[in-house]
Amino acid sequence: MRWEEAPLLEIEHLTMRFGGLVAVNDVSFGAGRGDITAIIGPNGAGKTTVFNCITGFYKPTSGRMVMSHTGNAVSDEVAALTLSGARYARRGENALFLLERMPDHEIAAKARVARTFQNIRLFTGMTALENLIVAQHNTLMDASGWTVLGLIGLPRYTRAERAAIERARYWLDLIGLTARADDSAGSLPYGDQRRLEIARAMCSDPLLLCLDEPAAGLNPRESAELNRLLKTIQREHGTSILLIEHDMSVVMEISDHVIVLEYGIKISDGTAEHVRNDPKVIAAYLGVGDDEVEAVAKGELP
Amino acid sequence: MAGGQHQPIGVLGAALDACKTALLAFGLCVPIVLLRTDQDISNQLILVPRPGLTLALVAIAFASRFIWLLAADWHGRRPARVARVPVLAGMTLSPEAARRFAVGGLIFLFAYPMLSLALVGPAGSIKWIDNFGIQILIYVMLGWGLNIVVGLAGLLDLGYVAFYAVGAYAYALLASNDVVKDFMAELIGPWFWPAWGFWICLPVAGILAAFWGIILGFPVLRLRGDYLAIVTLAFGEIIRLILINWVDVTGGYAGISGIPRPSFFGLPFNATEDGFAATFGLEFTPLHRTIFLFYLILVLALITNVVTIRLRRLPVGRAWEALREDEIACRSLGINTTNTKLTAFAIGAGFGGFAGAFFAARQNFISPESFTFLESAVILAIVVLGGMGSQIGVAIAAIAMIGGTELLRELEWLKHIFGADFDPTQYRMLLFGLAMVIIMIWRPRGLIANRQPTLFLATRRAISGDLVKEGHG
Repeated sequence: MRWEEAPLLEIEHLTMRFGGLVAVNDVSFGAGRGDITAIIGPNGAGKTTVFNCITGFYKPTSGRMVMSHTGNAVSDEVAALTLSGARYARRGENALFLLERMPDHEIAAKARVARTFQNIRLFTGMTALENLIVAQHNTLMDASGWTVLGLIGLPRYTRAERAAIERARYWLDLIGLTARADDSAGSLPYGDQRRLEIARAMCSDPLLLCLDEPAAGLNPRESAELNRLLKTIQREHGTSILLIEHDMSVVMEISDHVIVLEYGIKISDGTAEHVRNDPKVIAAYLGVGDDEVEAVAKGELP
Repeated sequence: MAGGQHQPIGVLGAALDACKTALLAFGLCVPIVLLRTDQDISNQLILVPRPGLTLALVAIAFASRFIWLLAADWHGRRPARVARVPVLAGMTLSPEAARRFAVGGLIFLFAYPMLSLALVGPAGSIKWIDNFGIQILIYVMLGWGLNIVVGLAGLLDLGYVAFYAVGAYAYALLASNDVVKDFMAELIGPWFWPAWGFWICLPVAGILAAFWGIILGFPVLRLRGDYLAIVTLAFGEIIRLILINWVDVTGGYAGISGIPRPSFFGLPFNATEDGFAATFGLEFTPLHRTIFLFYLILVLALITNVVTIRLRRLPVGRAWEALREDEIACRSLGINTTNTKLTAFAIGAGFGGFAGAFFAARQNFISPESFTFLESAVILAIVVLGGMGSQIGVAIAAIAMIGGTELLRELEWLKHIFGADFDPTQYRMLLFGLAMVIIMIWRPRGLIANRQPTLFLATRRAISGDLVKEGHG
């Protein structure tokens, strides 16, 4: 299994407490390099909390989250980095990041983890194109020489901006929004806004794309379109995807790896096929008592 | 009072309704207007009844309600008009119109001193160039500076005048400091500092103000909305109180006088032989300096504008606007919001500092009285009325608000009607408030509400102000 052999992201014993409430309790899993990993679970299972921990919006109470750009985190190196107190270490090709130590913007910029939000967070007053350009902020900031050189109008910045527009145009083409590039993001229909948010996250050139319920509110046709888009991202860009989803048609069709959470605890972890037949998962979704789980497994209960 | 269900109220009904209004007005007037506390000769508090004034106010309330109702009655019988104010509310400025307006405005501004000279002569034009031209341009510059913080980055700053004060005092203290003067005299020569002091102190004052912008920025980074507004307001007051109380350095309430005036790139504006007038073979007149100051602030304001327009098209400017739209999304895209906020505070404050240094050089005298909260409020009102983020809107709002105030001084003839005690400028704040209310009803997003995108694929289309967020300030 890729998530065991070459994990891009390895979550170890992640716990998040809010006062007396334990939202995530000792959860460990890996997200394989190049995989589409889905996190599913009933409402309030702690899925979004896991996301917020990974992307740095919450500081986890305890646990370690290792992002390894080449997908081969040597355990000695990880242990050395953990002891050193540093946030990340680059050794040639490989780079290791301890996400629990990094602030959110650094996780996006350095560890290259991008995310979307459950309630869409586009820059509504800016055009679709501008949204995609803002996502390339750090590249453009370097090219503009921390604003000073760009203010003078050096060709280096002009070139970088042109490249950024080309990249934005590519993504607009891919999500079918080229014709509406100059319209404000807030005026786009809901489904387009969802796709634009994914494109915006991809414009920041991530290695791991975290999608929080990307299919929420989409009709079946749009859902199928989303599946194709995610498959394209996985195939052509080599970006690994971690997604939270309730729509089982999306989860079962595209996921290589499914993790099931319930009440902040991981109850199942494996391929889509494995999870589908796991009695614990069925029980969680159908809502049966603990003593009936065995019965579900034997097929005695529906 | 349009609409199908309109019931004519009739004269009697209107009179009855107006009586109720009058009663209400009377109830309100009794505690506020009828009895006035005053001091008599022996310094004792006495109550002075004012029945005439109370009656007049009640009568006004009755009459206006009565007329209003009758007018609405008469209005309601006519077929309902289709469009009420959408012409005004939907007014947008296309990029071409904006460009034409800007070019026309620029030509007018550069010709303005000559125009006023030609129209009202040398004696009358000092007022027009100084009170109207320079005064308005200072506020245009301040408005554009604050527009970076409030309009672009969406951070509500109620203490902007602090940076104006820092710039003014930095210039005043540096330029009139004997130690600096002596040091420069020894280093380069005694001629140097009087001639070039202004041109060195001006950027220094701006940089110092920007530095204070960062100092303010740090503690307020995590604050949002009302909390941010209150802390910035407090910052403005702290600076003012320091200026008042640090008497050794700032002179306290007395302020600093005898601030060196700017020279024409080394040539002083005086009647001496090396003066500006003598060098160019002109007859000496104080008007030269006024005109020079006008062009100086015009250039400073234009620099502010050009830099802002360019910054909007750079990543830092786009990050400001993205920050105004959604800070959390910014962070998820790897934008360091700390740095972004600090640059907005620093650059906005820097322009405020430039304007302050110019103000000190022009006034020749500064005191803490010039840097009260009211100034911050006026500058913020200019930005909000103009339309947050719109450069042209801010300029128009500054002209209307500051020019309007100055125009009130011109209404001396009103004294013939209302008596010699009547001072139209006393009603400045009342008119400000009224203008604010009217504009906020008609154009809740300011005069120019639309946002121009910074780049486009096919066509540049303005974005409706309804979609643009105001930020979390």
